[in-house]
Amino acid sequence: MSIDIALLLGQDGVVNGAIYALLALALVLVFSVTRVIFIPQGEFVAYGGLTLAALQEGRGPGTFWLLCAVRVAVALADGIAALRAGSGRSLRWALAGDLGYLTLLAAVLYLAPFASWPAWVQIPLALALVVPLGPAVYRLAYQPLAGASILVLLIVSVAVHVALVSLGLLFFGAEGSQTRAFSDARLELGRVEVGAQALCVVLFSVALMAALHAFFERTSYGKALRASAMNRVGARLVGIPVGLSGRLSFALAALIGALSGILIAPITTLYYDTGFLMGLKGFVGAIIGGLASYPVAVGGALLVGLIEALASFWASAYKEVIVFALVVPVLVWRSLRTHHLEDDE
Amino acid sequence: MSEHAEQRTTSPSAEILLEVHGLGVRYGKVEALRDVHIRVGRGRIAAVIGPNGAGKTTLLSAIAGLLPCAAGQVWLDGVQIAGAAVEDNVARGLSLVPETRELFARMTVQDNLELGAFSLRRAGRRERDALLAEAFRIFPRLEERRDQLAGTLSGGERQMLALGRALMSRPRLLLLDEPSLGLAPLIVREIFQVVVGLRRRGVSVLLVEQNARAALQIADDAYLLETGEVSLAGTAQALASDPRVIESYLGLGRRGDPGV
Repeated sequence: MSIDIALLLGQDGVVNGAIYALLALALVLVFSVTRVIFIPQGEFVAYGGLTLAALQEGRGPGTFWLLCAVRVAVALADGIAALRAGSGRSLRWALAGDLGYLTLLAAVLYLAPFASWPAWVQIPLALALVVPLGPAVYRLAYQPLAGASILVLLIVSVAVHVALVSLGLLFFGAEGSQTRAFSDARLELGRVEVGAQALCVVLFSVALMAALHAFFERTSYGKALRASAMNRVGARLVGIPVGLSGRLSFALAALIGALSGILIAPITTLYYDTGFLMGLKGFVGAIIGGLASYPVAVGGALLVGLIEALASFWASAYKEVIVFALVVPVLVWRSLRTHHLEDDE
Repeated sequence: MSEHAEQRTTSPSAEILLEVHGLGVRYGKVEALRDVHIRVGRGRIAAVIGPNGAGKTTLLSAIAGLLPCAAGQVWLDGVQIAGAAVEDNVARGLSLVPETRELFARMTVQDNLELGAFSLRRAGRRERDALLAEAFRIFPRLEERRDQLAGTLSGGERQMLALGRALMSRPRLLLLDEPSLGLAPLIVREIFQVVVGLRRRGVSVLLVEQNARAALQIADDAYLLETGEVSLAGTAQALASDPRVIESYLGLGRRGDPGV
């Protein structure tokens, strides 16, 4: 292998690794706060990329109808819960908020010429369509089971994954889509030529990680999420509602997933089911960090990206096998130095 | 049985902040608490003493909302709160400091305290800063350690932090579970002095203690809880001079409890 090929593979590995790293962060976040192994994480990648693609092609994205359906289901679930508890006041506000939000989105999608808008307007619009699905999935699938075992939650995750992939097929269709590149420029860096889009992916990923770090370290909601992950009883005792930390972590996971999809959509053709494999590779990275450490998860995900790039050069037929086989030694190593995920106190 | 059993409050009363009426708690088939009646007056300290396994921790957990109540009612300032979620009770001004402390071990002392004010997150920054300053005034030791991780604190400092964190939500009623457990006598005295100081500022306290001598010294009212039932209720003085209590819980040197 010549140095040029090595550099090229390295570039591929880092770009993919950056995406896996984002997904790994989301998986660690969701698991540590809610104990849910979030298999459907990858679906948000596909939803994000495909929603943006639909917007750019001037089609109203199916995500809108999905969002409407899901919000109705959430309103029903909340309504039944409020009837049982005998308190409906906050519910009315939530309903009014939902209705306003969906009406606003509908107005934009039916009246505005969004296809001709620049990407920096289209991207927030795509996020506004996809991200609210995250907390809704938590509310419908996981919140009623908040006390269940990790295994039960994992089984629910498989079901949610299958449901979201099927809905993806229904709303986006079977054909793949690509979005316009943020920039077509190519940069010469010494001997390698780097695509501006690839650079964008890496820079955005780093920026997003920095933003997440600031959110966890500086804001009261970020600290509340860390506290919920660290000590569930303690978090409840200071008045952090379980539902709030769950919804918040799922909203962040959906945001990270959708942004990842938007970042790679210009360089990869996305299909309704593309996200699953990406999510799994992020999961391998997260496992290396024991589903607990954010920095190790990022490092692990980068490693997955690099190994994948090398494997695709040497043994492309076995690419996925090699990447997923990586889990085995990691699990052996982790089980040898058993480290409990329980709270320190 | 408690002499309070017959009366009950459904509207805010001038003197009673917390009224527990006929409370029952079950763990499966086991009845952990049966027909428990307890009242905590405004600005008063009520102590619940009793042996291990009597249901004292269960009582506090049920009042706070960590455990479901199988029977009975709980009123906080005239509002029925039995079955309410912990976080809603915190917002109503009821804070529990459990025996296990439940601190955020890998966060700093200051972060732990600031999270204590999470229920006041819509209040202004200035208000929360004032609460933090107040917590540091009450526990100067915590200010010295403000950037240290909670998991590295000593037992006494952890108890101070747990208490300080509960105070950050500006509670009207504080539920304290065994604050003296495992602490050196000097620290116990310091903590109990803080509790007495809270009463002076109008905070009511429901104190669960195995250290009956120390608890009865600072409490106004007291209850003896045995095998899930209140077997004796009255003023702290009355309980302290009751022959049964003296025999079983205040017997000199027999339990090795440090007095205050």
